[in-house]
Amino acid sequence: MPDQASTISSEVDLLYAFLVGMTLFFVGLIFLMVAIFAIRYRRRSSDEIPRPNFGSLRLEIVWSVIPLLISVGIFIWSASVFFDIQRVPANAMQVYGVGKQWMWKFQHPEGNREINELHVPAGRPVKITLTSEDVIHSFFVPAFRIKQDALPGRYTTTWFQATKPGTYHLFCAEYCGTQHSGMRGSVVVMEPAQYEAWLSGDASGGSMAARGEKLFNQLGCVTCHLPDGSGRCPSLVNVYGKSVKLITGEELVANDEYIRESVLHPNAKIVDAYQPIMPTYQGQVSEEGVLQLIAYIKSISSQVTEGTAAPGTTTPGTALPGATTPGAGTGTGTGTGPTPPGGAGSTNQSTPGGASAPNGINRSGQ
Amino acid sequence: MSTGTLRTEDHLVEPGHLNYINNGYGLKSWLLTIDHKRIALLYLISITTFFFLGGFFALLIRLELLTPAGDLMEADMYNRMFTMHGMVMIFFFLIPSIPAVFGNFLIPMMIGARDLAFPRINLLSWYIFIAGALFTMAAVVLGGVDTGWTFYTPFSSTYSNSNVALAAVGVFITGFSSILTGLNFIVTIHKMRAPGMTWFRMPLFVWAHYATSLIMVLGTPVLAISIVLVALERLFRIGIFDPALGGDPLLFQHLFWYYSHPAVYIMILPAMGVISELVTCFSRKRIFGYTFVAFSSLAIAVYGFLVWGHHMFVSGQSVYASLLFSALSFLVAIPSAIKVFNWTATMYKGSISYDTPMLYVFGFIGLFTIGGLTGLFLASTGLDVHVHDTYFIVAHFHYIMVGGAIMGYLGAIHFWWPKITGRLYPEGWSKFATLVIFVGFNLTFFPQFLVGYLGMPRRYHAYPDEFQVYNVMSTAGASILGFGYLIPMIYLVWSLKYGAVAGPNPWGAAGLEWKTPSPPPTENFPVTPIVTEEAYSYSKQEAEVVGQ
Repeated sequence: MPDQASTISSEVDLLYAFLVGMTLFFVGLIFLMVAIFAIRYRRRSSDEIPRPNFGSLRLEIVWSVIPLLISVGIFIWSASVFFDIQRVPANAMQVYGVGKQWMWKFQHPEGNREINELHVPAGRPVKITLTSEDVIHSFFVPAFRIKQDALPGRYTTTWFQATKPGTYHLFCAEYCGTQHSGMRGSVVVMEPAQYEAWLSGDASGGSMAARGEKLFNQLGCVTCHLPDGSGRCPSLVNVYGKSVKLITGEELVANDEYIRESVLHPNAKIVDAYQPIMPTYQGQVSEEGVLQLIAYIKSISSQVTEGTAAPGTTTPGTALPGATTPGAGTGTGTGTGPTPPGGAGSTNQSTPGGASAPNGINRSGQ
Repeated sequence: MSTGTLRTEDHLVEPGHLNYINNGYGLKSWLLTIDHKRIALLYLISITTFFFLGGFFALLIRLELLTPAGDLMEADMYNRMFTMHGMVMIFFFLIPSIPAVFGNFLIPMMIGARDLAFPRINLLSWYIFIAGALFTMAAVVLGGVDTGWTFYTPFSSTYSNSNVALAAVGVFITGFSSILTGLNFIVTIHKMRAPGMTWFRMPLFVWAHYATSLIMVLGTPVLAISIVLVALERLFRIGIFDPALGGDPLLFQHLFWYYSHPAVYIMILPAMGVISELVTCFSRKRIFGYTFVAFSSLAIAVYGFLVWGHHMFVSGQSVYASLLFSALSFLVAIPSAIKVFNWTATMYKGSISYDTPMLYVFGFIGLFTIGGLTGLFLASTGLDVHVHDTYFIVAHFHYIMVGGAIMGYLGAIHFWWPKITGRLYPEGWSKFATLVIFVGFNLTFFPQFLVGYLGMPRRYHAYPDEFQVYNVMSTAGASILGFGYLIPMIYLVWSLKYGAVAGPNPWGAAGLEWKTPSPPPTENFPVTPIVTEEAYSYSKQEAEVVGQ
């Protein structure tokens, strides 16, 4: 057995042990029967003619129904383990992972970024939102008994709660090209206090939301998405997790997927009463950047206070170390000239790294 | 069974009688033959070549994995090796193996027909197979393919720099060979049965091939469609699977497994049919529960189309879809269990001999049982999350494909070799080879269950040090296994010239194919046989056979 280092490890191992036991039982049973028959009824003379028999309905029923019942039992048991693996606890802290030929890149909402290493605290559920910049990868931590494919073009999620500090293998489990077997790393599980220390050790670029805000200005998003809704594009204040009405009359909830699509394929879904004028940002913003933009949009959609679109530069209202004041960005992204002041609403939202909030829809959990 | 006026002993013992082999010499008489038996031999030679080619790739893979570092070959080369091992073994050996060789040879003989319903289409199938193989081999020679046999998008459609298109065209073409073979079998079984050969008098080998043919005809077109879509995306940048072009990569997995899961049953069902023939012959018993064994083949074929999503539990597929696919996958276990229990029960109070084909039956039952039960691990959603894409899966499907399908195939070769060639092989060597293969197989693949559960991912060129001990065992086993496969190759070829003359029925087997000389005449039966008895009527059969 590999290390048991998450809350579900022992659940999975118990099911495994049961199945191993069942396999041994049936293999032993079949082996014994074959061996006994082969020896007991071996051919003793070449003209031996055994008495025929034609089968037995009763036996057929017995050996159909018993495997069926066992199967149903295993199905139910494994489904309940599966639900535990799939259902992300509401208080999980969030980490973002991007797979790329051939490395794993992680960002913490507080701003820490790492490659092929993921630091997490023990004893706290961690939700990982995954995507890929190129082909399909798969996030696999054997010690946690979890695995989740990272797909280009969409978000998938997985979660775990590490139980003991240590360093564990992280593998890419979906074949992804030349250096597939080199796409390995480690998950470092730390005591919570150590983890906090580690977090504050490096956040030079500010929180994810702060980086997102910077991008929002640089790419010129801010020129059209005016916070008071007077721009050519809809205001993004208080949009996250809320219902949006489309020009087609459909309504949907603005989640991570929707925001990602709106950045990269802006014309796929047009908000009611707006024109399809937004250019695509495909190729101009990386998957990590999109995640930062989402974190920013999330941060200005606090349920606590309405962002009132106060003009002026903004500060992400967090007490996190390294929070920056980007000021009015001079838009270098799209050449739309200097951005007007007052990009986004200043908000006093809960910490962007905050755990619960309305989670992005769990794609793999739909 | 009454077989009309079959010429008897004096004719049968004479090895030089006119038969399908000496009825015409020269390359042309083989390459343009429409005799199902000759076409079967064309297949036998072709797929044996592919088997050893695929085995050669496997040995290179195992050699690389002897040490944790990727030191024998470059990563790109390793990736090409496992891809081509998979492609060659699956599309050019396992899928055609038993159906195209033994199905072709035996189905007409077992149902008392002169040939398949469409002899020319049968020959066409072989040419299509060879044409497809040429494309794929061209891809190999030009540098290989590195997508894995699964061709997952968008890697295959956008990112891979290898000869994907060429290899895919080869697989696409070969698919038509499967479709035509399946079609031919279905029509033959429906329309060509001898008088008195009712559906429930057919040998179970024929039932298994009927089920297999249904999958070939209904499943293979979907593979062809998926490959065409990948090609369209690769060549014309039409967005189907690549999200960058607006496609969906999971769509490919659905389409691919819709064929490729049933394809697993294309490989194992015919082997199950073989086992039903062998276990009855070497127990001298009618099969236990004929109708259950027959219908379990059909059940497997039908369920096989409904379980593809169990390859996708961690792919991002919806949780509820996963649960449904999980439940349906468990259902496949039932007909498989029914077969294993019935074979075992057939031996009860039988007269069991330990001829080589029977040793393969013992091997098959044991290994298939392990392979099948470990399949339940993978059907269990919560457990599959951990073992998916690890060596656990590699071990599982090799227990089915090698432990099951190839054991069945070798059993078939040994059982029908006297019929096909008219010669017996050396019994001692063949038993020795069986033992070597069994030991080599288990040493190769059993440690992979263990290292898989420890978390070693599949398709890894280099791996962490702690997995080495299992890989060393595996590589040692593979060397033994490779050696084991060479032994039959040698003694079977040897027996063609030096083997004892077999006579029409060396095993005392029931079944119409044994009522005709070995090798059979071109027309199979001089007179259309009239069937008056059930299959496997060993207890009535005896007097007739023993009389020789």
